[in-house]
Amino acid sequence: MSTVTIDGVAKVYPGHGAGDEPVHALESVSFRVADREFCSLLGHSGCGKTTLLMMLAGFEQPTAGTILVDDRPVGAPAWQRTVVFQDYALFPWMTVEENVAFGLEMKKVAPARRREVVRHNLELVGLKGFERRYPHQLSGGMKQRVSIARALAVDPAVLLMDEPFAALDAQNRSRMQEEMGRILASDDPAVRKTMVLVTHSIEEAILLSDHIVVLTRRPGRVKEQIRVDLPRPRQEGDPAFVALRERIRALIHDEYEIET
Amino acid sequence: MPVPALSRVRHLGLLAAVVAAWWAVSTHVLDESTRALLPPPQAIAVAAWELATSGDLWRHLRDSLKREVIAFLWATSAIPLGIAMGWWRAVEDQFDPLVEVLRPIPPLAWIPLSILWFGVGDTQNEFIIFLGCFFPILLNTITGVKGVEANLIRAARCLGAGEASVLWRVVLRAALPQIVTGVRVGLGVGWMALVAAELVGASTGLGFLINDARTVLRTDYVIVGMATIGLVGLGIDRAIRVAVARLMPWSRAMSR
Repeated sequence: MSTVTIDGVAKVYPGHGAGDEPVHALESVSFRVADREFCSLLGHSGCGKTTLLMMLAGFEQPTAGTILVDDRPVGAPAWQRTVVFQDYALFPWMTVEENVAFGLEMKKVAPARRREVVRHNLELVGLKGFERRYPHQLSGGMKQRVSIARALAVDPAVLLMDEPFAALDAQNRSRMQEEMGRILASDDPAVRKTMVLVTHSIEEAILLSDHIVVLTRRPGRVKEQIRVDLPRPRQEGDPAFVALRERIRALIHDEYEIET
Repeated sequence: MPVPALSRVRHLGLLAAVVAAWWAVSTHVLDESTRALLPPPQAIAVAAWELATSGDLWRHLRDSLKREVIAFLWATSAIPLGIAMGWWRAVEDQFDPLVEVLRPIPPLAWIPLSILWFGVGDTQNEFIIFLGCFFPILLNTITGVKGVEANLIRAARCLGAGEASVLWRVVLRAALPQIVTGVRVGLGVGWMALVAAELVGASTGLGFLINDARTVLRTDYVIVGMATIGLVGLGIDRAIRVAVARLMPWSRAMSR
């Protein structure tokens, strides 16, 4: 059971040189992510959505406001909140297996149990048989699967994802989105987690989310929160999907002159 | 990637031409009195054979290598220092001015002072080699540590790694290719410094061999000594490259 509460969060970066204007990345952002809810932070680059995710992970501290996970303030980074990075951030000197086992080792999980968890998670992301490979021997999509397996293996309360599919080519991206949807639909309590996804893709947000938070341009504020009740698995051609996409597109269009 | 034997041979074309020109100059241009300054290639081969079979070459080579190895082992202290300097700002702030002052002094400039400190002999030689090795290793280690991708460290932290685990399991490993580059450069610089140190401060070693041969105008021995120094330097460098490719197959993918 894990909820995320973001209350009045602001982030200001001091200017680099003397006389430089401070940069207001985020301003009074408030929203809640319910237990086992999939929440997307949607906005263009520079809206502070990644900053917000980094604060959720504990890599950075908010200038003002509070971030609570299960009603406790977020402190230093911890395995309760693991991150899937856009550039995968796999340890290149470790095999697939060792990468996934890393967090379990840090948690001091016994070796026998560790092997079992690694096997289970690699099966989940469809990488059975690749245990002994090194990251440089894998495609981008496979690397991101390892990264997801690694983040899930420690059984975090919240899974944080920073544009996880943005570096993939179009084909791989839609496949990964589909599989993510499949994983989300599973009832396995070890998999069905509270998730926060940062993305600039409207389609990706609709495909995966229960709850979309649209951010304004810098300084980022909550523009609108949207519930997505479409049945899963979702189809991009579905009229309800299209209608929702157009609605969000109009919202974002308001904010930005340029479409992506 | 393996280079086909034929193209390898073709790469040696210029080298062969230079050796042929050397032979031609030595036998047809120089006269009896000046030939001693540049003996022909076959005379060098004969001299190499003499030195090798008499055991002199191996004795000098062994002494030089021993100094290089001992000095290198001391110089590996640059690795923990470099990691500390690259990781903790306070350590860098303290050590950086000292390093910046000492680093630009060429190892050879230390020779006079080191002779006064240690006298002529192994310790003095090793000190000079140590200086040659130390700074390349230190600077590369610092660069390596600072260059570790921020997301690798973040990934480790959010997976529950504490400071010690982050340093040992992630930063050290991620910086390793750069540290090895420092070791390669350091051994190379050390090897060059070694020969210079032996020219003035030793009674054995390859540097001593070529300087001693000079005093009796044995140009052929000088050239054999020089060639040995070059080949051994090349050999050390190649050995490290091969070891890296074997032991860190991931490192090339990383530097991309």
